[in-house]
Amino acid sequence: MQLTLWTYEGPPHIGAIRVAASFEDVHCVLHAPQGDTYADLLFTMIERMDRRPPVTYTTFQARDLGGETASLAKRAVADAYERFRPQLLLVGESCTAELLQDQAGNLGRSLGLPVPVVPLELSAYSKKENWGAGETLYRIVRSVLQERSQQVAGGTAKPERPPRRPLANIIGPTVLGFRCRDDVVEVDRILEQLGIDVNAIIPLGASVDDIGRLPDASFNVCLYPEVSRPTTLWMQRAFGMPFTRTVPIGLGATRAFIAEVAQLAGVDARHVLAREQPGVARLSASQARTPWYARSVDSTYLTGKRAFIFGDATHAIAAARIATEEIGFKVVGLGTYSREFAREVREAAGAHGIDALITDDYLEVEQAIAAATPELVLGTQMERHVAKRLGIPCAVISAPMHVQDVPARYSPVMGFEGANVLFDSWVHPLMMGLEEHLLQMFRGDFEFHDEARASHLPASAGPNADVPLADMQAAAPAPAATAVATAPTWSADGERELQKIPFFVRPKARRNTERFAAERGVTLITVETLYEAKAHFAR
Amino acid sequence: MNDAGTAVAVQLDARVARAAGLPVLRERGQHEVFCGLTSIVWLHRKLQDAFFLVVGSRTCAHLLQSAAGVMIFAEPRFGTAVLGERDLAGLADAHEELDRICTRVLQRRPEITTLFLVGSCPSEVIKLDLAKAAERLNARLGPGVRVFNFSGSGIETTFTQGEDAALVALAGALPASDERQLLVVGCLADIVEDQFGRCFEQLGVGPVRYLPGRRAADLPPVGAGTSVLAAQPYVGGTVRALVSRGARLLRAPFPLGAEGTTAWFEAAAADFGVAPRQQRDVLEPLAQRARTSLRGAREWLAGKRLFMLPDSQLEIPIARFLHRELAMQPIEIGTPYLDRQMMAAELDALPPGVTLSEGQDVERQLDRLRAASPDLTICGLGLANPLEADGLATKWSIELVFTPIQGYEQAADLAEICTRPLRRRAQLSI
Repeated sequence: MQLTLWTYEGPPHIGAIRVAASFEDVHCVLHAPQGDTYADLLFTMIERMDRRPPVTYTTFQARDLGGETASLAKRAVADAYERFRPQLLLVGESCTAELLQDQAGNLGRSLGLPVPVVPLELSAYSKKENWGAGETLYRIVRSVLQERSQQVAGGTAKPERPPRRPLANIIGPTVLGFRCRDDVVEVDRILEQLGIDVNAIIPLGASVDDIGRLPDASFNVCLYPEVSRPTTLWMQRAFGMPFTRTVPIGLGATRAFIAEVAQLAGVDARHVLAREQPGVARLSASQARTPWYARSVDSTYLTGKRAFIFGDATHAIAAARIATEEIGFKVVGLGTYSREFAREVREAAGAHGIDALITDDYLEVEQAIAAATPELVLGTQMERHVAKRLGIPCAVISAPMHVQDVPARYSPVMGFEGANVLFDSWVHPLMMGLEEHLLQMFRGDFEFHDEARASHLPASAGPNADVPLADMQAAAPAPAATAVATAPTWSADGERELQKIPFFVRPKARRNTERFAAERGVTLITVETLYEAKAHFAR
Repeated sequence: MNDAGTAVAVQLDARVARAAGLPVLRERGQHEVFCGLTSIVWLHRKLQDAFFLVVGSRTCAHLLQSAAGVMIFAEPRFGTAVLGERDLAGLADAHEELDRICTRVLQRRPEITTLFLVGSCPSEVIKLDLAKAAERLNARLGPGVRVFNFSGSGIETTFTQGEDAALVALAGALPASDERQLLVVGCLADIVEDQFGRCFEQLGVGPVRYLPGRRAADLPPVGAGTSVLAAQPYVGGTVRALVSRGARLLRAPFPLGAEGTTAWFEAAAADFGVAPRQQRDVLEPLAQRARTSLRGAREWLAGKRLFMLPDSQLEIPIARFLHRELAMQPIEIGTPYLDRQMMAAELDALPPGVTLSEGQDVERQLDRLRAASPDLTICGLGLANPLEADGLATKWSIELVFTPIQGYEQAADLAEICTRPLRRRAQLSI
């Protein structure tokens, strides 16, 4: 058993519903007890879908156990087909039904319906939501293309089409994915600039017929590896179809994506990349405004800001790169709840000289954030709460998300516009440039007291981030670090001097000074220790 | 049974046609309702010294955080012990695992005095004996911490029934006393509880105790001198448990709207021998003020057709209020299950011609709903936006559970919840 207060991912059947709900003509029958229907509200409330997700729940009860549940499942599949007439039926089981071993998928298949019935094995007790989405998409695509893939393997039918602009598929966007709705538009725009046509977008807004067309394209854009990788890997094996490895989040990644796509499609990207001038400080140096915004003098206050990053693997890895290379932050923490992508995240963290945090335990993340004393948290809805409690600014970069992370306005995170969106949404929670300096000079000003937030943000008496390191670790859930036992004490004058340092850098000053003192066996921190430490770390 | 309360309830609907024999449409199909675990969302706010540990799956944890509006509470006093493959294969000892997790929970939250082990669908299906686990933990953690268990599983409970199951667990642990008292059963917002307390005091009814109280550790006594007044319609199991311990149930409608609240207080007052004149002197000014507060809403709602989908058990009393005090016309009132004992005083007050449906086949019900095209639909969160997109005005029913709506002072708030969708539609012009 694992104690879970908040969870980053839902169970795998939620992933299956996300895929079903993304298609226009797929219906899912879920063998599940009545409470599992809560899943509908994720779609209608968080994503504000204007239709019910296409799911029929068998909603068995205690009295059905011991014989009735299997026939209930079979009837539900038949009824769902009659009522909804989908082009493809998924039949899956939630955690409780998995224990009953009714084999709902096989029961559904035995009905002999005139459309494909795809059974799902969702492994509710070991897998999670994104895996469920990836598995479901793969099962759907494979079931539709199976026949065709065998023809290709037997050399009987190589997809033929008249020569025209190269074709690409976009694989992976789903409802309840982070900004998928707008990312697709942005990627489509890039492909258009390169003279590549989009053959099919799967599954968001797609129909089952579109799947049959997938092999016509010359490559797949693997948009969200958490969801799309099983499908793109299989299509590579079955059809020899290559797929992209770069996810175009951030300006650098977008430029790399353009180069990669151009190479896969055999097109010339020079006219697009010629507009991109890395290293040039001018508004015209990119389609995105961010290189100029990052170089404009106002942004100098962003230099070296300590950022803690946590999210799904794709968004977290991208965020770390953007934070350092495109905004000038220092990444002090990088982690993911996507265990399937632990290796990739570890590699990325290594590049920043830190250890990756691979966990789906929200308490562990909270503790790591407290210990890293960041000045900005880039995380999920979960980290928004942690950051609020610790009094640290935060921006959400990944699912799980809240209804406010599904904005009405166009706000992709991919492509050139995505780079602009990320710059704005990460910088906004921070103190503005000169405001920060004034605060430092006149910290006695009654409006500039420690609890005051940036003047463009709503006032809030949030908790003060300046608590002794030991307190912070004690407040964190798990056993306190050994450093606590050896933490030196502060003299009254040392503590007074520390209070003169602006609150947003004070935790860092406190931490550095304590470390400096501990390393030298100093037990009492005076004003002198404080400044010795400052000089030491400024070297 | 107490006859004074019954008499009052009968007076209440002297003017309506007898509807006790209202036909009930029983449905068996997809139930689009929450499971009992959802009750934890408000129970853990009410009982500030309690922790609710669900023994279940990732789905249970996900439900709780979704039903709670995705983490509205940064520091929840509930959690889920998520079963993994090792637990199912019997490789991990369930009791050792629970010991470890409970210890961790209590270390983190030393202020906890009461721990609820909450059964779920998977724990019920694999027949995990949480009663035995609670007994073991009680021996280990007591007397500082008491451990209870109940089931909130979706195969046995619907939404608010989770609270009922939790209160049943507490009912067994109440100290015995034959002291004369009024026991108000069902979770109420603190502000409502305070208002009710003042009103009982003015009536001269007392002592009045509440189940649940504000702290799980402060359990009221129960015995032959206890009269039980249900504040919520879903506490049938608790009421029966209390009756088995010697208490008597007062028959009354639920305290929704001016009329329902008056009848509710009168049932208690009559039981405590308060003179009718004294009752009138205390209650009539409050009822008058509440009726006045409803005038604006009545203009919006009178004659409007109402359709309610099954959700919390509050459907029947709310429909009664909307019909009798605001002149709405109910078309269909859905209820997850019909507890005739608890609804006795309410069923009589429903108008003839209304369809009372028990259970659900959501697709067929939505067919009826679309055919009826009501002016206002009260339904669960998963259905509200799709119905709005179909052009129907909706009110999500969970708001009726999370908002203080009981008593005189909240009658207008309850009415406002129902007028808001209509006023909003009238106001928007885009």
